[in-house]
Amino acid sequence: MNTVITGRVWLFGDSINTDAMYPAFAMKLDIPEASKHVFYELRPGWTDRVEPGDIVIAGRNFGVGSSRPVAALFRHLGVAALIAEEFNSLFFRNAVNAGLPALTAPGVTELFSDGDRGRFDIATGEYRNETTGLSGEAQPLPPVILDILASGGILARLAGRGYLPIELLDVLRSGAIPQDTGSGA
Amino acid sequence: MGMTMMENLLARKAGVAQVKPGDLVTVEVDMCVMIDLQFATMWIQPSRIHNPDKVAVIMDHAVPAPTLKDAEGGPKARKFVADFGIEKFYDVGRHGICHQVIAENGLARPGEVLACTDSHTIAGGAYNAAARGLGPAEVYSILCTGATWFQIAPTVRYELTGELPPEISGKDVFLYIANTYGDATNQDIEFGGAGLASVPLNDRRTIATQCAEISADFATFGVDERLAQFLTDRGVHDYTPAEADPDAEYHDVRTVDLAALEPYVARPGTVSRNGVPVSQIEQKKIDQAFIGSCANGQLEDLRVAAAILRGRTVARGVRLLVTPASQQVYREAMRLGYLQDIADAGGVITNSTCGACFGYHMGVVGPGEVCLTASTRNFTGRMGSTEAQIYMASPATVAASAITGYISDPRGVTT
Repeated sequence: MNTVITGRVWLFGDSINTDAMYPAFAMKLDIPEASKHVFYELRPGWTDRVEPGDIVIAGRNFGVGSSRPVAALFRHLGVAALIAEEFNSLFFRNAVNAGLPALTAPGVTELFSDGDRGRFDIATGEYRNETTGLSGEAQPLPPVILDILASGGILARLAGRGYLPIELLDVLRSGAIPQDTGSGA
Repeated sequence: MGMTMMENLLARKAGVAQVKPGDLVTVEVDMCVMIDLQFATMWIQPSRIHNPDKVAVIMDHAVPAPTLKDAEGGPKARKFVADFGIEKFYDVGRHGICHQVIAENGLARPGEVLACTDSHTIAGGAYNAAARGLGPAEVYSILCTGATWFQIAPTVRYELTGELPPEISGKDVFLYIANTYGDATNQDIEFGGAGLASVPLNDRRTIATQCAEISADFATFGVDERLAQFLTDRGVHDYTPAEADPDAEYHDVRTVDLAALEPYVARPGTVSRNGVPVSQIEQKKIDQAFIGSCANGQLEDLRVAAAILRGRTVARGVRLLVTPASQQVYREAMRLGYLQDIADAGGVITNSTCGACFGYHMGVVGPGEVCLTASTRNFTGRMGSTEAQIYMASPATVAASAITGYISDPRGVTT
């Protein structure tokens, strides 16, 4: 697995909650449609401007709130990683379980502005603002989390171990959620 | 070195002698609870599961189905429980909000680990369980493998002193704590002290439930006589309580004098450092008043609301919605006459569901409206329009405010 993520960054504030990223009305929609409403009130139009490979950086207590699978929306939009001063633990787990790298990096919001290019190594914790040259260091992700990410997320790992139909492995690794697969066992 | 309640619990479950904040442990999960949304949004039936006796399926967030998407989830849930022989299935009619159903059926046991696909699963900490909300993918993984990992968090202990006055609820205790101390992100919370004996079980569950709102990992109460009796009444036996060592090391210890508390209200947006005693808030007119959710749709909450509403009338221009937390609560509240009192006063009783609390159905609020809610969350847009304002308070404060039409101290309305 490539543990180095490089991309354009989008900077957000403190205590961004799950309802700001995945509002209740969007829960009535399928993932591709729902993903058009991420940050719908906070930064209208953001989902039209974000591009595959971009990185979201937020402040403290990122993702407080619901267990709803916000990471699936970020993966659909092509977001490459979530970085924050501090994560709500449920939100953090949701991200890595969906195969979306997430790194806690205290001080990171001081080092970046919207539109800068960032480089984050989740295995060493080293990161760098390639636009300004400033750099910092975070605690690297532990092996248990790197292993989940290397599998492409927890569902892909389950498929690899025989808990889910193996033919779903590739689509699960891509972060998509297969539809109409209710038959199974 | 002494360990906290949660450190002792997770160390024992992980089979190690000692843990400290920062350690990663792998634990077996004693109860894996799945909810209807999981089947409606991301369901793939597994090829095999770990143990059907350690699984419960509860229909709560979107029942009876308000959308076609939700209606399509129901049959998938029913097929899953039938195919795998899952007996703990709480389908529409014997359903309820999962944390209420967990409590009624003794699914959260002292000293054990419970995982569920809802962020308020921390509610089970009222019963001394390591209960925690996890995402649908992780709960699915636990369903399959029976285990997951946790990182030990630093613990804040709340030492409760004094007696909780009868007109003050667990909601007020929590709103005071949230307003005074703010977020507990990546921390565990432990409640104890001589004052705990005066806090009823329903209030403990309100408090534990709401600890999700200050971003805590786990929130636990110790096993005392009151909890032991509650568990005995629900057929829960043979458990090993998690206790804190006398020399446990805490991130912080904070003392709360229960006798000194008064009704609290949180202003819109968050409960964290955003509250005020109800007696001090400006005159704030309300459009919708809501009593419900896993936090405040309990039988005692409905009793309190009914006692305030009995013989009175909801103010013109105010909609009062009341959602019992489970079908069992609904039936008991009906038998005891609470629902009659609430409806006679002009309140609307809904079926048991997460409904209005998460702005999905059964009472969505519109632009420019003010809602005073005894539920779980007051995020912008949580209950509908982002241009609505959501204030949060206890069931007593909500019921009293529904009568006056503006946010009111229940002690002034009932006397």
